[in-house]
Amino acid sequence: MEFVRAFIFAGVMCMIAQIILDNSKFTPGHLTSIFTVLGAILSFLGIYDKLIAWAGAGATVIISNFGHLLYSSGLIGLKENGILGMFQTLLCSSSVAIVSAVVFSAILAIIFKPKS
Amino acid sequence: MDKKEYKKMVDKISPKENKFKNAVVSFLVGGSIGLIGEIIVVVLMNCFGLGRVESYAWLALILVLLGSLFTALNFFDNWVSCAKAGLFLPTTGFAHSIASSALDYKKDGLITGLGANFFKLAGSVLLYGILSAFFLLIVRLIIGA
Repeated sequence: MEFVRAFIFAGVMCMIAQIILDNSKFTPGHLTSIFTVLGAILSFLGIYDKLIAWAGAGATVIISNFGHLLYSSGLIGLKENGILGMFQTLLCSSSVAIVSAVVFSAILAIIFKPKS
Repeated sequence: MDKKEYKKMVDKISPKENKFKNAVVSFLVGGSIGLIGEIIVVVLMNCFGLGRVESYAWLALILVLLGSLFTALNFFDNWVSCAKAGLFLPTTGFAHSIASSALDYKKDGLITGLGANFFKLAGSVLLYGILSAFFLLIVRLIIGA
């Protein structure tokens, strides 16, 4: 059942993005930014944790999870160490995605040739 | 010919995208990525004894690796033009945006090309993600005691 829920949640989010893309002048860049901010807002409202509990990986593969990770790891620092703690930990959880994207892309860009 | 007529003509000539088909395809592709992600998480948890949060981090790593690898192999652009939101909304899209700008601007040199344009597309996600998280945390600090 968890597999079905993951499928439905990720699918519905992508479908919403596709419908917005088709019926407005937004580019994919706009949409990914909007969904990231939306993830941070849902995390702020305490909804995103419930979404992950319901949809599992379906909720963590979407880019909104990036906003959720930023907010939730910042909140841990804020509780422990105040304002300074927030600055220290904001990027902690999302570091996996950022560092891996930077390292893999740099290595691959140097090895492979772009489309001519 | 005034603007209205011109617009009519453009609408007539430009091919109609099938919005319904696009929505169904992105639902299926995005859903499949969620499903595969859940399978990977379950495998990691059961076979490698990892915790749930750790498995999600490994999953993000795997998706980023696949996204940037397929971009470098020139497959991803064709797939995105078919599956659209189904592929750019998951984490693979984030990896794709970095890898494609890195590949495209490599010809301008390592510093002024690759380095300067590395975050050309992914920059907006990073900027607005961090900004929104920051201000929401400030709001939280003010509201919540």
